[in-house]
Amino acid sequence: MATPPMLRAVGYFAHAYRRTWRASIMTTFVNPVLYLAAMGVGLGSFINKGGHTAALGHLSYLQFVAPALAATTAAMTAASESMFPVMGAIKWTRTYFGMLATPLRVGDVLAGHLLWIATRVATAVSAYLIVMAAFGTTPSIETLAVLPAGVLVGMAFAAPLAAFAASQDNEQAFPVVFRLGVIPLFLFSGVFFPVSQLPLALRVIAYATPLWHGVDLCRELTLGRLTAAGAAVHVSYLLVLAALGLFLAKRTFQARLRT
Amino acid sequence: MPGEPLIYARGLTKTFGSLRAVDAVDFSVTRGEAFGFLGPNGAGKSSTMRMIAAVSPRSGGDLRVLGLDPDRDGPTIRGRLGVVPQEDNLDLELTVRENLYVYGRYFDIPRRELRARIERLLDFAQLSERADERVEPLSGGMKRRLTIARSLVNEPDLLLLDEPTTGLDPQARHALWDRLYRLKAEGVTLVLTTHYMDEAEQLCDRLVVMEGGRIAAEGSPRALIGRYCTREVVELRFGPGESERMAAKLTGLGGAGVSERIEVLPDRLLVYTDEGDAAVAAVEALRLEPVSVLVRRGTLEDVFLRLTGRHLVD
Ligand SMILES: Nc1ncnc2c1ncn2[C@@H]1O[C@H](COP(=O)(O)OP(=O)(O)OP(=O)(O)O)[C@@H](O)[C@H]1O
Ligand SMILES: [Mg+2]
Repeated sequence: MATPPMLRAVGYFAHAYRRTWRASIMTTFVNPVLYLAAMGVGLGSFINKGGHTAALGHLSYLQFVAPALAATTAAMTAASESMFPVMGAIKWTRTYFGMLATPLRVGDVLAGHLLWIATRVATAVSAYLIVMAAFGTTPSIETLAVLPAGVLVGMAFAAPLAAFAASQDNEQAFPVVFRLGVIPLFLFSGVFFPVSQLPLALRVIAYATPLWHGVDLCRELTLGRLTAAGAAVHVSYLLVLAALGLFLAKRTFQARLRT
Repeated sequence: MPGEPLIYARGLTKTFGSLRAVDAVDFSVTRGEAFGFLGPNGAGKSSTMRMIAAVSPRSGGDLRVLGLDPDRDGPTIRGRLGVVPQEDNLDLELTVRENLYVYGRYFDIPRRELRARIERLLDFAQLSERADERVEPLSGGMKRRLTIARSLVNEPDLLLLDEPTTGLDPQARHALWDRLYRLKAEGVTLVLTTHYMDEAEQLCDRLVVMEGGRIAAEGSPRALIGRYCTREVVELRFGPGESERMAAKLTGLGGAGVSERIEVLPDRLLVYTDEGDAAVAAVEALRLEPVSVLVRRGTLEDVFLRLTGRHLVD
């Protein structure tokens, strides 16, 4: 049976990953350990003792922060896998051009790369879930749903950023996207404190950002509190963003690769 | 369809903004032929090759490759093509063998079959000893050989080679020619671009000379030499700065029917003639006493320079 073209493209990325997987898997597991130890346990003991848990909905800080960090790691992994690597495959290694000389089409190359990024996001989120269990956040069956939710968050970031990366002449803008885009989202999307603590103006902005929807989705999932309405809002927001990104990426890839 | 050309182009055009990189060219390539594109830098050779390879959409005109339309049937066409791009796009981090493997998988060649083919290709490219080394530190010529081996992984009907031997040493070039002859004997159609006129003369049954996006001449190497050059060329060197003066004295050669044309270069005079010895005798009769005299065959290089000029194009 014929292998779908986009999976043939994924095959390349998986093959290339074999060279660096050891180091990469290390960081994938070490990162959640560090974050959950510092934030969940370290900062958490301080917050829990201070009696501030009312604002957290009477959760321990670890319970509060861990699923949000899992959502964040999905966004971060997606962002770093979809900017420099896309530019690289266009300009430095010219990998895409090698693929396009074969039966693969631009859409296959794009879908293959995004699918590979989804795989990396899934690995990173799984690592978080495993480490969370090791830290004793009560594992529940709902927690497993954080995996697809995380992949959705990843795609909501990866597709638009891949579209952006392919539209750029060089990589100059990428660090700016991290510093002025991804990092502020990380800080103000309700990962470390409830968005309700922010002044109204900032709160409104936070509610409009993709990471807040991802954070809230994953958090409410692990706590078993997700309402149907909440799920519908978050999932549709993220799906629309991913679909819009995919649509734009198809265009910027096409413009860049079929000259 | 039997008898249909493998590549058929009429009015084929490629524009980049206001630049007409390929300007309404007509050509066709028949099955089993070795066809060449010659032309100075920027003539539009690579742009034409990329349209044939179904990776670059045409801006105008008709193009059929393997009887199909590249705009509509790109994947099918590309599945039967081998492509050696002007710029290598190997994965430098992967090994030689892995490069062949991942590329073969794009064509969905079954893994077992692919492994067997890779051994043959490594042998073909004389890279068996380096098979499990990373590509990055390999020499330029080895990388080129790997790109050529890679283009054969799907056992193509039509092989497109954009400057395949640029940067190769003479041994590697001759070894490659050898392999291209073998492929041709097996029925593979070859389309290549080159800046080496000896390569074009050796390999091409037929070629076109492009300039400024247009085709300036078309024919077999022999026919082109017959049409645009003479059978022989006499190169005369005189003392510094004397070329112009001596050329004036030689104008009589044309009238005597000895020479068709005389070209004055800063360091020498070229006398285009069908009878080299007669031309030399005529020069001697004029007692001009050149510093050196060389009679040689007219070549494709003469044709090329005549058609595209001696100045740098860009
Ligand atoms: N992607 C592109 N965008 C804009 N202009 C291009 C592009 N590709 C080629 N060109 C232009 O088209 C013209 C023809 O280029 P092409 O690469 O086809 O020439 P060539 O005959 O292969 O030259 P060379 O012998 O140097 O390889 C050049 O002026 C080149 O700058
Ligand atoms: Mg070229």
